[in-house]
Amino acid sequence: MTADAVAWILLLAVAAYACGGGIDYGAGFWDLFAGGAERGERPRRLIDHAMAPVWETNNVWLVFVLILMWTGFPVFFEAVFSAMWPPLVLAAVGLVLRGAGFALRKPTRRLARRRIYGAAFAVCSLLTPFFLGAAAGGVASGRAAPGVTASAEVWANATSVVAGLLAIAATAFLGAVFLTADARRFGEPDLVVYFRLRAWCSLVAVGVLALIGLSVTRKHTTYVYHGLTHGFGLLLVLLSIAAAAATALLIGTHAPGWARYTSVASVALVIAAWGVAQRPYLVPTSLTVQQAAGATKPLQWLMLVTAIALVLVGPALVLLYRLDTHGMLEAQTDADVERGAAQGQR
Amino acid sequence: MSSAAALASGDPSQLLPARQLMAFTLGTHILIVPLGVALPFITLVVHYRALRKNDPVALLLARRWSAVMAVQFAVGIVTGTVLSFEFGLLWPRMMGRWGDVFGLGFGIEAWAFFLEAVFIAVYLYGWRRLKPWTHFWLGVPLPLAALMGAFGIIGANAWMNTPQGFTLDAAGRPVNVSVQQAVFTPMFGPQYWHFVVAMYLTAGYVVAGIYAVGWLRGRRDRYHKLGFCVPFTIAAVLTPLQFFLGDDIARQIFHKQPVKFAAAEIVWDTGTHVPEYLFGRLQPDGTVKGGLKIPDLNSILAGFSRDTQVTGLTSVPAADRPTTAEATLAHWTFDIMAMIGSALILLALWYGWCWLRRRDLPRSRWFFRCAALAGAASVVTVECGWITTEVGRQPWIVYRNMRVSDAVTPTSAAALWTMFGIVVVVYVLVFGAFVGVVLRMSRRWQRADLGLVRPAEDGPETDTPYGPRPELPAARAAGAPSPQSPDASAPGSMR
Repeated sequence: MTADAVAWILLLAVAAYACGGGIDYGAGFWDLFAGGAERGERPRRLIDHAMAPVWETNNVWLVFVLILMWTGFPVFFEAVFSAMWPPLVLAAVGLVLRGAGFALRKPTRRLARRRIYGAAFAVCSLLTPFFLGAAAGGVASGRAAPGVTASAEVWANATSVVAGLLAIAATAFLGAVFLTADARRFGEPDLVVYFRLRAWCSLVAVGVLALIGLSVTRKHTTYVYHGLTHGFGLLLVLLSIAAAAATALLIGTHAPGWARYTSVASVALVIAAWGVAQRPYLVPTSLTVQQAAGATKPLQWLMLVTAIALVLVGPALVLLYRLDTHGMLEAQTDADVERGAAQGQR
Repeated sequence: MSSAAALASGDPSQLLPARQLMAFTLGTHILIVPLGVALPFITLVVHYRALRKNDPVALLLARRWSAVMAVQFAVGIVTGTVLSFEFGLLWPRMMGRWGDVFGLGFGIEAWAFFLEAVFIAVYLYGWRRLKPWTHFWLGVPLPLAALMGAFGIIGANAWMNTPQGFTLDAAGRPVNVSVQQAVFTPMFGPQYWHFVVAMYLTAGYVVAGIYAVGWLRGRRDRYHKLGFCVPFTIAAVLTPLQFFLGDDIARQIFHKQPVKFAAAEIVWDTGTHVPEYLFGRLQPDGTVKGGLKIPDLNSILAGFSRDTQVTGLTSVPAADRPTTAEATLAHWTFDIMAMIGSALILLALWYGWCWLRRRDLPRSRWFFRCAALAGAASVVTVECGWITTEVGRQPWIVYRNMRVSDAVTPTSAAALWTMFGIVVVVYVLVFGAFVGVVLRMSRRWQRADLGLVRPAEDGPETDTPYGPRPELPAARAAGAPSPQSPDASAPGSMR
């Protein structure tokens, strides 16, 4: 019972990272394809403004996912990190370069240096979700069974590659939807059009990849495929499609802000469908939730800690997002930290 | 340990690169941890002063320190995330077997980290639009969240040093887990307070050291004086306290991890009247080459009496204790830490003496030279303390329960060496860029303080990277820009 509850919390955390982190990766995706320094300046500024206050918080979900994995399901954690070694190493390296690139670009003035930092940020915004997606695909296809050591076949197979590409497309979709809403918020009508087009395109890409994915998983990921096309799993998939369609419509209206909620819902519902389809396995057909679960007492404590933390972190997150969407959060400019000096000297 | 020796002792070949990689990533991450834990507190102290006394100099310091905090926190968060990946990438068997026993500390840490990420974003980006006191109070949770995060991390590390809270079943797997016992292990208290105080005093000396350099270069204005005094006072007050905490943790190790104590003090045979060696190298036959030998002192330090019996390394089989090379390393780092710590006390007393007598800074240039050095020296002590505790525990990853070699990943040595190479290159670039960016920021501030205009080499786009957001109709209606930001129309605003 406890193990099931913790498994659901883990799935929720994965969904939160896919949405929160996904929006940021998507912003990085569009940063990469924004064009040269001049052409891409305005989209990049918008991306930067939108991301800066929240990207670190969104990143913490990943740490929470890892901790839930090793405390709640130590055997699962061991299996995944042994089997999915190469993509997870590459994702970790990508995370470093991406975060550092983004943070260091801001206080840098010279164009050449900012280009380097920006490139590190943007390229890794593509690579990191790809490798994380590939690892997830490997898990879904049952290849991360306990005792399996890392080999190319385990993570470089059709399911993993499609899952990685799907992850990129989904982040691009989320990013574009949120940036459309941000562009309206900051009063930039032409950027609304710019990102709206990209949101639609990436949604089409997601759809195409999902269809390819279904045909691939049918052969290689039979258990999850069956779960996604039957019963409760199918219902969640259909709801997700409905949410994606609603997003496509809402983003064309004068209130693209609402599209943010539906886009997040569509991604979260797919993750939920995946979780439902995998039941009762963590690694399909070889490791169940019960088999992988840690000792009962730590699991109960983990739920207690999670509950206490929800009370602490929930309001803090609401505060952050509220302040952010109300335009109360804004980076200090160099002028802020430079101009005061002369007054201070007197 | 050379790879030849590793092969001879039957260790898997991937052990060496895995250990090197973990040592490298932890060793670099820990360099910026002091600032992460304590810089928000130090900044809030000057921030409070600025608001309370309407002091523009203090306000400028707080603003600039928070600009540094932004970059530092980002680098800390990414290198910290890598560490949690490495638990799985390098030591999957430790997590597979013990993850549920000691993982809860990390659960607490994750939520603390969450709070930190939220409130640091609010604090860093709240300067322009939040009301001054609201902004200050939203920063106050930061040091508390940092203390909570340290609680989780040190709890896990202390558990690895003195594991408890479980029994082993017939197959050697942990059962009957008691979470309270696994969190509050015998080494937890001593490690936690020693660590927290180390972080605060290191951050204090590092920040003060930067202004000491400015002072030595002739910039003796109020800005530099305040920038020096606030962090230095915090560090100076904590230094004597740390002396007692350090002494306490050494004695706790003597009682609870006698073999680690033997390594840190290079004690070969168990006995009384044990001499203290300052430095020196432990030889395979148990003798000590070089170093300064002080008769009986080790027994006196461990138990206040020359008759105190100190356990030696030979009390356990050779395979269960650090090698002579590891013991020598732990001993040197231990001695360096203790020496620097003692020297810092003298510096703190010097400062305290002048302050009591004249209510002013010491006048000697030598004081400021030492203060500048204290910043670097205290970072060295943090690094040394970490090496002592981690190397002194060898060959155990979970003391007396699991060897490092049993925890290591089955991934091939070649793959690990490749990863090590990639990580070193990436970290050198990232840390190099981090230091470069902070130095360039400080140089820009210096130019601004001297009233120099910005040099023409800066291109048009480089003016202010990201100007203020255009005001929302609601925000505009809500009121004029706060008194903290007289320059709402800063150059580079979005068109």
